[in-house]
Amino acid sequence: MPLTESLRDDILASVPSLRAFAISLSGNGDRADDLVQETLLRALANIDSFQPGSNLPAWLFTILRNLFRSDYRKRRREVEDAEGNYAKTLKTQPAQNAHLEFEEFRVALDKLPQDQREALILVGASGFSYEDAAAICGCAVGTIKSRVNRARSKLAALLYVEGAEDFGPDETVRAVIGGNG
Amino acid sequence: MKDVKSPASKNMTPGKGGLNAEIQSRIGHQLRAMYDDVVRQGVPERFAELIRKLDVPEETSQVGNNGGPTEDGRE
Repeated sequence: MPLTESLRDDILASVPSLRAFAISLSGNGDRADDLVQETLLRALANIDSFQPGSNLPAWLFTILRNLFRSDYRKRRREVEDAEGNYAKTLKTQPAQNAHLEFEEFRVALDKLPQDQREALILVGASGFSYEDAAAICGCAVGTIKSRVNRARSKLAALLYVEGAEDFGPDETVRAVIGGNG
Repeated sequence: MKDVKSPASKNMTPGKGGLNAEIQSRIGHQLRAMYDDVVRQGVPERFAELIRKLDVPEETSQVGNNGGPTEDGRE
């Protein structure tokens, strides 16, 4: 559909959650905003392919997610120690809310496999249904569910090690916890 | 891998694949806190401007879409 005023307003209204998604995925504010910008440009350039009445946020999140994935692959090749720099990036960000627990959470989130991280964010923070999240990630609903479950288990194991036996992480998770010792 | 419980059940019983409910709710809370922290920042001017600018079709040769009345085919 052509870009109407109301569609434009809807896109604008999606920007805050697009940014939140981008930051959650990339862990880096500047890079996240570049991703959002690219997402918006791409969305506007392809606005004709948006089906009126369909889920606009899901459409925009799909674009962002795909951009992030291709960008991530590219960067991984370019900067080998990108992951090592991630922790430093966190510390240099203005930290109004970033008390220790908050940072720990972000670091733990970043340790999840990308598939699990994005599934967890889409369902647990963005508020998408499992069906929408599956559409965004291009996979089956059951796959999203199991990714979300695994993400939660892994985060719990990373963040609340002391409670680990309460929910019995599998051996791989234990190996991750004890991996540095 | 098939024994993963549906998260919709938010099970209180810590069992295999299930999470301690308290831990699960803490994770959910932190995840949303992190996310909402960004959402609350609203739309940075940079993006507001970008969208406003692109609304004017100056890149394409299609003129006539410039705030004019839309056609009658509204729903």
